Amino acid sequence: MQPNPNPSRANLAGWLYVSPLVLVLVPFFVAPILVVLAASFFATDGFGGLTPGFTFSNYIEVLNAALTFKLYLATMKFTMLTWVFTLIIGFCVAYFLVFHVRNQLLAIGLFLLCTVPFWTSNIIRMISWIPLLGKEGLINQALLATGIIRQPLEVLLFSDLAVVIAYVHQLTIFMIVPIFNSMARIDKKLIEAAIDTGASRLDIMRLIVVPMSKSGIALGTIFVVSIVMGDFFVVKVMSGGGSASVVSAFYEDVGVLQYPTAAASAVLLTLVLVAIVSLILRTVDIRQEITR
Amino acid sequence: MKSDRGDIELAGVCKSFDGVTNVVDGVNLKIADSAYCCFIGPSGCGKTTILRMIAGHEDPTAGEIVIGGQNVVGLAPVQRRTAMMFQSYALFPHLTVRENIAFALRVRGQSKTDRLRAADAMIEKVRLTQFADRLPAQLSGGQQQRVALARAAITEPRVLLLDEPLSALDEQLRVQMRQELRRMQRELGITFIHVTHTQLEAIALADLVVVMEQGKIKQAGAAREVYARPHDRYVAEFMGGQNVLSGRVEKVNGASFVLGQAAPSGIEVPLQARSTVTVGDNVDIAVRRDDVALVRPGRDLPPGCTTSLPSRVLAIEYQGYFVKVMLDTVPDDEFVAYVPEKTFFADPFTVGDVVMATWATDSALPLA
Repeated sequence: MQPNPNPSRANLAGWLYVSPLVLVLVPFFVAPILVVLAASFFATDGFGGLTPGFTFSNYIEVLNAALTFKLYLATMKFTMLTWVFTLIIGFCVAYFLVFHVRNQLLAIGLFLLCTVPFWTSNIIRMISWIPLLGKEGLINQALLATGIIRQPLEVLLFSDLAVVIAYVHQLTIFMIVPIFNSMARIDKKLIEAAIDTGASRLDIMRLIVVPMSKSGIALGTIFVVSIVMGDFFVVKVMSGGGSASVVSAFYEDVGVLQYPTAAASAVLLTLVLVAIVSLILRTVDIRQEITR
Repeated sequence: MKSDRGDIELAGVCKSFDGVTNVVDGVNLKIADSAYCCFIGPSGCGKTTILRMIAGHEDPTAGEIVIGGQNVVGLAPVQRRTAMMFQSYALFPHLTVRENIAFALRVRGQSKTDRLRAADAMIEKVRLTQFADRLPAQLSGGQQQRVALARAAITEPRVLLLDEPLSALDEQLRVQMRQELRRMQRELGITFIHVTHTQLEAIALADLVVVMEQGKIKQAGAAREVYARPHDRYVAEFMGGQNVLSGRVEKVNGASFVLGQAAPSGIEVPLQARSTVTVGDNVDIAVRRDDVALVRPGRDLPPGCTTSLPSRVLAIEYQGYFVKVMLDTVPDDEFVAYVPEKTFFADPFTVGDVVMATWATDSALPLA
């Protein structure tokens, strides 16, 4: 490679290229995180006032609480269940759109149809489950009418089941989009070439489609996992207050003005998420897959 | 009873995608076992569709495809024992060279050691041993082509189908890989069917050249037959190397007839056994470009030449061992003489010169 005759100028150009991103990320992402990080080491007077300082007591308090561990367990359970269902549904929908809908216009139309639920707000989408899943809801009435059950099922609404249903409903699109994207880039000739060598549908799925959709699956997983782990609202509404998540705990802390403990919990959750995401990125080299 | 023979017969094969127009329109053809057959034609002439129907990736709307005496319509590619090499190769980008080649054996349920051993033997055959662990993206075009060839050949097919196998390569590599294809075909001893739109490729490789236009076969025969004795104007123009002239028959006398043309004396053309010509017919004839001699006006014609057409030199292209001289002999049509280099430079013409274009009367060929 030729040595650059004017390195400082090349450097300047490089900085100019990244400057828009930096201008957005620094004030809206880096700065708030630093504030939270600083607050997590501060002490409090118990009435919302912060005393600057450096103490680990907030972290010790959070890590010593048995509740923390329980909440992480509960959150992980929701995350895993949501991930499994969104992955299965998202993969099937994307596969159908890419490989079975021959007409591209129709495929795009169906794809847009998947986004229709997102034209309303999150709250409305959750409330609309009530007439379906409620005690007097459609499902219970149908089951009662057919005589399958005698008593209405209570487990349908305001339960962990309802939480998972709401998550899957909200987040499947985050699986569909990246998986659709990586599948759409699979050359159809590869499928034909595989058929030509005698591969069955299962072989094609197992040896060609899934490995080549890996980057989409990984991206979708990152979206779903980080959104579920960072959520408290769906858990609160759909469980009827019966379940909690990691975030709902430090939301409570904020409510009672315990800012430093809330900040410490937030930092802890961020670290856990960073660990999970880097684990995913280690398994799938997204950069390489995308530039392929 | 499965046959190992790779002879192919197409009987009345038609294919229509929309139910209205036939992309392939009543094709009948016999291809001998272990032959190298090239389908050639402009894009959209149906040659790739025929290939895909033989491969089993497309079903014919009508007609039969018989391989080794067995009608294979409706069978999967594996049952036909055909293998296809795709245009731009369709290598699996996430698998290494070795895994790509072993893929067919993997889906056939062969054990890992067996299939890797077989793949390595095949890798050696296509001289890719040092690249066995690379991904397709890390290979050159020629190497990718060899991987594709090996992946198709490892299933021991009786027919190998190649869809424009050389089109993704640059000129020099194309000539080199052409040789390699022919070598592999001899080595494997199976039928190769090769689709191309390059005449040079077809006549250099094929035992059987099939020229197509709009879903129909225009001419099928040995390379030399198709090049030197085209049936009609289309084949003559498509295969190149011919000047095509047309005119009205003015006189028929015994072994030849005279075509009225720009020339005052007309053009004398020998009669072919198969053709019957009557006075007043419109007839096309072909004259090979390398049979045309150029003589300055007033000089004697070479022996055997009875026709001479006055022409003006429009352009001259130096081509190395010959010189391409473009003439205005016939209005609206190209007329070109390939003059051997030494002959040309013994008495060079310049653009605008008036010359007499002439050829030995025997070498004119009436077209259908």
